[in-house]
Amino acid sequence: MTAQEVAFVAVALVGTVGALRVVTSRNVVHAALYLVVALAMVAGVYVLLAAEFLAWVQVLIYVGAIVVLLLFSLMLTKAPIGRETLDNQQRGLAAVVGAGVLAGLAFLAQDAFGGVRIALRPVRTAQVGASIFRDFVMPFEVVSVLLLAALVGAIVLARKDEVPSPPPERRVPLFGRREGGAPPEAPVPTAVGGRGAPAPSDQGSAPSGGGEAR
Amino acid sequence: MIAEATIRLPFVLFFSAVLFAAGVYGVLARRNAVLVLMSIELMLNAVNLNLVAFAARLGDLAGQVFALFVITVAAAEVGIGLAIVILIYRNRETINVDEVNLLKW
Repeated sequence: MTAQEVAFVAVALVGTVGALRVVTSRNVVHAALYLVVALAMVAGVYVLLAAEFLAWVQVLIYVGAIVVLLLFSLMLTKAPIGRETLDNQQRGLAAVVGAGVLAGLAFLAQDAFGGVRIALRPVRTAQVGASIFRDFVMPFEVVSVLLLAALVGAIVLARKDEVPSPPPERRVPLFGRREGGAPPEAPVPTAVGGRGAPAPSDQGSAPSGGGEAR
Repeated sequence: MIAEATIRLPFVLFFSAVLFAAGVYGVLARRNAVLVLMSIELMLNAVNLNLVAFAARLGDLAGQVFALFVITVAAAEVGIGLAIVILIYRNRETINVDEVNLLKW
């Protein structure tokens, strides 16, 4: 085994433990924190595969943004603790399906790529950027529109629908104030006019005084 | 020394398969919708890992670019999904996916 393989096995073992704890943890916050471990180990594998830009994107977006979003939603919703409230009754069947998927994928990988080795060549970020903007311009633009649509959709979904209800509630006190507040309206314009009247007179007197001084 | 820097491709594929199987188990076994979303993130990461591994194997950057696109779409998906989860919690007082049966016939 090369040094890269030793490092990969260490990273992958930690990532495996993290991923298994994500789906078996009885505390939802612990599951989210184990998800951080699993995603960070995936970023470590990206580094080992010489995809440094993707590793930092993984750390920034997944560990930095998505896990924080998940933690916020766990805080905003009820987060019960316990296996019976977090898992459903088909746990055994789900374990069988998961083990079957794992066995099938592992057998397929070993059967198809048994002796294949990856020759690691460093990939510079400039190459990734050139590939995006030379070969994948159209998907890039489509993804930007998708992000905009997701942004607007998330705001519309999460906003509280209190906009239609307040106007009828506010109209009643407004009419009430207008009926009872007819006398108070009178002093307000006079006060404004009283404030406004001295201001021009001061401005007019200042230049006139200056003219007298000259 | 640099030319001998290699990793066996099946190692990466095994790790990816473990992540994907854990995600499948989580989606099937969890009741909490946020935990289901976490399991989906695990599966998307497994796919990204495969894309990057084969991009390194084939010396083609298209795999890395696709992994970037998958990360972007995953971020959008989590944003929308969590907005829906919070909306469901506000209306139904629960986010257990087996108790939300409004669209069930």
